[in-house]
Amino acid sequence: MMEILHCTLNGRPVEVGYDLRESLLDTLRDRLGLTSVKRGCEVGECGACTVLVDGEAIDSCIYLTAWCEGKHILTVEGLQDENGELSPIQRAFIQEAAVQCGFCTPGIIMSAVEIVGSGRTYTREELRKLISGHLCRCTGYQNILNAVERAVEECHKVAGR
Amino acid sequence: MYDFTSIYRASSVPDAIAALEREPRAVVIAGGSDVLIKIREGKLAGVPLVSIHGLDAELAGVSLLENGDLAIGPLTTFRGVTRDPLIQAHVPVLGEAADMAGGPQLRAVGTIGGNVCNGVTSADTASTLMAFGAELHLRGPAGWRVVPISDWYQGVGKVDLGPAELLCRIVLPRDHFEGWSGHYIKYAQRNAMDIATLGVSCLVKLSADKTTCEDVRLAFGVAAPTPIRSHTAEDGVRGLPVAQAAERIGTLALEDINPRTSWRASKEFRVQLVRELSGRALLEAARKGGAAV
Repeated sequence: MMEILHCTLNGRPVEVGYDLRESLLDTLRDRLGLTSVKRGCEVGECGACTVLVDGEAIDSCIYLTAWCEGKHILTVEGLQDENGELSPIQRAFIQEAAVQCGFCTPGIIMSAVEIVGSGRTYTREELRKLISGHLCRCTGYQNILNAVERAVEECHKVAGR
Repeated sequence: MYDFTSIYRASSVPDAIAALEREPRAVVIAGGSDVLIKIREGKLAGVPLVSIHGLDAELAGVSLLENGDLAIGPLTTFRGVTRDPLIQAHVPVLGEAADMAGGPQLRAVGTIGGNVCNGVTSADTASTLMAFGAELHLRGPAGWRVVPISDWYQGVGKVDLGPAELLCRIVLPRDHFEGWSGHYIKYAQRNAMDIATLGVSCLVKLSADKTTCEDVRLAFGVAAPTPIRSHTAEDGVRGLPVAQAAERIGTLALEDINPRTSWRASKEFRVQLVRELSGRALLEAARKGGAAV
């Protein structure tokens, strides 16, 4: 059941053969080598496979590649700038020591990209809800919230200038 | 890789209906957050799929009809329902209920139509749609058919959806929401990514002086094998002052419920939740409607 997908992946046009039964997670990890997209629960509960499809954070484990024709897909690999510098959101995670084992980190960063991209600021309680689709078994979430809060604040400052 | 035998990506509603006629075993997939998980679990393994994903032009979005009824496209995602200005203006309680399903990523793909068609009693939007007395507009090989949501649920996971029929529109009649305010309480073990232990949706129509419940609608998820309305409670509190209605409604509702014991909670606990949360939902609905409580 092979087909060819045409989409924009991390800003570049991509053509890739895939099986119609694949999840977007399968295609991104196994065919395109984007290993920031983590294979976690595979039933849409842990958020480790979160990517943006047309700007919206979704669990790529429960999203079919067959639905991605012509879409814009963004993963953590697409966040660095041309010089390979980390994005302000990634830097916020480092500055706040929001990473322990790192397995949940790329997914949460992608949710943070969506949150920051909304151009709004949020209360801590609102941010808590906005990242509630992610499970982290190391950190207890406090530093992650600090990082998301910092990312939102810093990007808002820059965008608001 | 998912274990399904084929996937037909429909290009329109008639195309989807024709595909379902050709392949009667086929399962309709919309957002995928329910069907794909059932395939993964093996419950739906090996089925052919008909995908209506992306038929947004025909099936997504919210609009106000000429007669003032509110029409919700079944492919509208939970997030789409919550953020929609018409929902926020006319039936905010439905947007609030949709905002409690799963987590943000799920709400970006899961659809209100799927929530209703999977026939699950815990579906977060179902009790509120029940309370609003929604009409489900189905389209099949023989044309259109309208089913009131009170006749829709036929058992656990069973709904009145005929062969090759597709839910194409969820209509909330104007007089069912105009002048009403509502509140939904989801009782679950976590604040996110959880299935309701019990869901209560209460709608109130207040008197002009905002002191009396002229009319009340009360519906539950997980208080029975399907979402249910509690007519005994509604009849018993109609016309009462708000505080008195809130005090009585929970006990009256016990007449109509039939909860079971599951790993999530015992029957006794669910009974207690109905008794306690019904009044709280009524008070909050009345408060939103302008009552001083």
